[in-house]
Amino acid sequence: MKALQHSPFWALSVAILRGFLRDRAAVFFAVVFPLMFLVLFGGILGNQDQSKVDLIQVGAVPLVDGLPKDARAAFRQTFEVEHAKDRAAALEKVRKGDADVAVEQRGDRLVAHYTQTDQVKAAVTQGTLRAFVDGANVAATGQPPTYSFAAERVEDESLSVIQFVTPGLLGWAVAMSAAFGSAATLQGWRQSKLLRRLQLAPVGTGTIVAARVAVTLLVAFGQLAIFLALGAAAFGLTLTGSWWMAIPLVAVGTLCFMAIGLLAGALAKTTEGAVNLANFLVLPMAFLSGSFFPLDGAPAWLQRLSDLLPLKHFNSGMLDVMVRGEGPAAALAPLGILAGFAVVVTLLAARLFRWETT
Amino acid sequence: MSAIHVTGLTKRYGDLVAVDAVSLDVAEGEFVGVLGPNGAGKTTLLEMVEGLRRPDAGGVEVLGEPVWPRNPRLQPRIGVQLQASSFFERLTAREQIRTFASLYGVGQTTADGWLERVGLADKAGSRVEDLSGGQAQRLSIACALVHDPELVFLDEPTAALDPQARRNLWDLLSSINDSGRTVVLTTHYMDEAEVLCDRVAVMDHGRILQFDTPAALVRGLDAPARIRVAPGALTAEQAGAIPGVTETRADVDGVVLVTRDPAAVIGALAAGDHLDGVTVQTGTLEDVFLSLTGREYRA
Ligand SMILES: Nc1ncnc2c1ncn2[C@@H]1O[C@H](COP(=O)(O)OP(=O)(O)O)[C@@H](O)[C@H]1O
Ligand SMILES: [Mg+2]
Repeated sequence: MKALQHSPFWALSVAILRGFLRDRAAVFFAVVFPLMFLVLFGGILGNQDQSKVDLIQVGAVPLVDGLPKDARAAFRQTFEVEHAKDRAAALEKVRKGDADVAVEQRGDRLVAHYTQTDQVKAAVTQGTLRAFVDGANVAATGQPPTYSFAAERVEDESLSVIQFVTPGLLGWAVAMSAAFGSAATLQGWRQSKLLRRLQLAPVGTGTIVAARVAVTLLVAFGQLAIFLALGAAAFGLTLTGSWWMAIPLVAVGTLCFMAIGLLAGALAKTTEGAVNLANFLVLPMAFLSGSFFPLDGAPAWLQRLSDLLPLKHFNSGMLDVMVRGEGPAAALAPLGILAGFAVVVTLLAARLFRWETT
Repeated sequence: MSAIHVTGLTKRYGDLVAVDAVSLDVAEGEFVGVLGPNGAGKTTLLEMVEGLRRPDAGGVEVLGEPVWPRNPRLQPRIGVQLQASSFFERLTAREQIRTFASLYGVGQTTADGWLERVGLADKAGSRVEDLSGGQAQRLSIACALVHDPELVFLDEPTAALDPQARRNLWDLLSSINDSGRTVVLTTHYMDEAEVLCDRVAVMDHGRILQFDTPAALVRGLDAPARIRVAPGALTAEQAGAIPGVTETRADVDGVVLVTRDPAAVIGALAAGDHLDGVTVQTGTLEDVFLSLTGREYRA
């Protein structure tokens, strides 16, 4: 450890890491910006399918209170129940939109008061309450029901929003910061002649590259940790079995997008040009790779096209292992594809690389 | 053994011959300047000598070693300042020099010592982006010297500095070779080359026109002396009548007498009691450049 701390590799890594952490824009785009999307998609949009119907129960409603345990749980899934004594106050609340429905029982009649402002909720309210009344009617006959209904969730299609967006946004974040980091470093160091200066110091090119790769990997794992922690803590993200395969996926994905950044850095003449080119490559790729929304509904040709993009494979590998409950083997094909991209693009960048811009 | 041995060094960029068959020897412990206007080929020459650029023709040996391809035996023995901005971004001055020190296996105390030596101890915590031009140059020089190299290359260390900051840097620069270190510096300032260098190579259009001590260069000129007399002391006609004066020019600052026999002219001025405020200017490197190229020197 002591020896490592005095090695050129360590010195370069620390210098690069400090340079990154002190670059507000870089930190913003690597961490804060993708997290804003996570909060937006996972928090705000994600709430829509979870929000319950606010129901005010006026006085005693034996039909609801007397529900068997299972039925009560089902009832509670649809309705957020609140009790009230005063009928007029409850109706006023519904009128103002503070509650969605007020329910009272007059003898054998269950009466629901609601507005048509939110038609979806109105329909849900009507349908669900009718179903419970029907169920109570059947129960009152003392006969077992002739027909029964069971609902089973199909995990794949009904991934909640947070489950779906976390792997995709993480893929985009990792791709973006890896590509920008290497593009900007290559161009910046070339412009300032630092690259030349390092060439004159007794450190090999391998050491310089290794330090840059080490820092980018560290940043990528930091992104992974922050995304998972925030997703789990704030938005109820639940990881499935072999989520740890996301670690090698993030590592290889980082290498792949560093290579793309190197290519941008080798092609461009200025630092801004390199960053813009990296952006130009990564942002459309993120849209076409399902980072922001699923591609299931996209036309077939678009899905074919997206198969050519490394980020698509990165994202789908991450989805499979992190939230779809697939085994570790599901990550192998994406790992291979990303590694292949990394090798080919690095070789291309190395061929196009010039020590100086002129 | 010479510190630098260069023969027939040539570099072309398309049709442009940036460095044209340059041969040059620098002895150990010498302080050598390469002087020339922008575009003369100084940087290209230096980068080939450092081993950064591959020559099209010719040979370079530095400290008895070939420089191309990249020679790991040489790197710890030479120090290079390329450009004032060759820094790691967003590091402080102290972090910067410590990073360079680590690359050469040099300890942090030594690195901090160099900050002190170049007068940046109180700027140690400032980011490199916040340093003034002169401070950045000092840091850049310190980074080139941190591993105590035998041979140092400085490419225009005073470029883009105001005159005061340039002069402030001269003390530091001239102290660099106190300990017997060999220094090669490029500059487009005549005065700088004259003050700092043991020998100066005058360069233009990729060629070295002359390589000698500043005094020998000027002596070789055989340029006339210019004697300036305070305003009102003499008229231009009176001045022209003094034996040995070949040319006179009058302006608001007085009269300038051009002569190849300054001793006789000063004697005549003394005899006429016109010595008050007299200044004598002999040839400068600017005259050398003019006589070598037929052009006014313009940096
Ligand atoms: N990489 C390059 N490609 C093309 N021309 C170059 C390159 N580097 C320098 N030159 C040209 O070579 C000449 C010498 O340049 P340089 O060595 O930088 O001169 P100096 O350092 O004396 O100002 C200039 O005309 C310059 O434009
Ligand atoms: Mg130059």
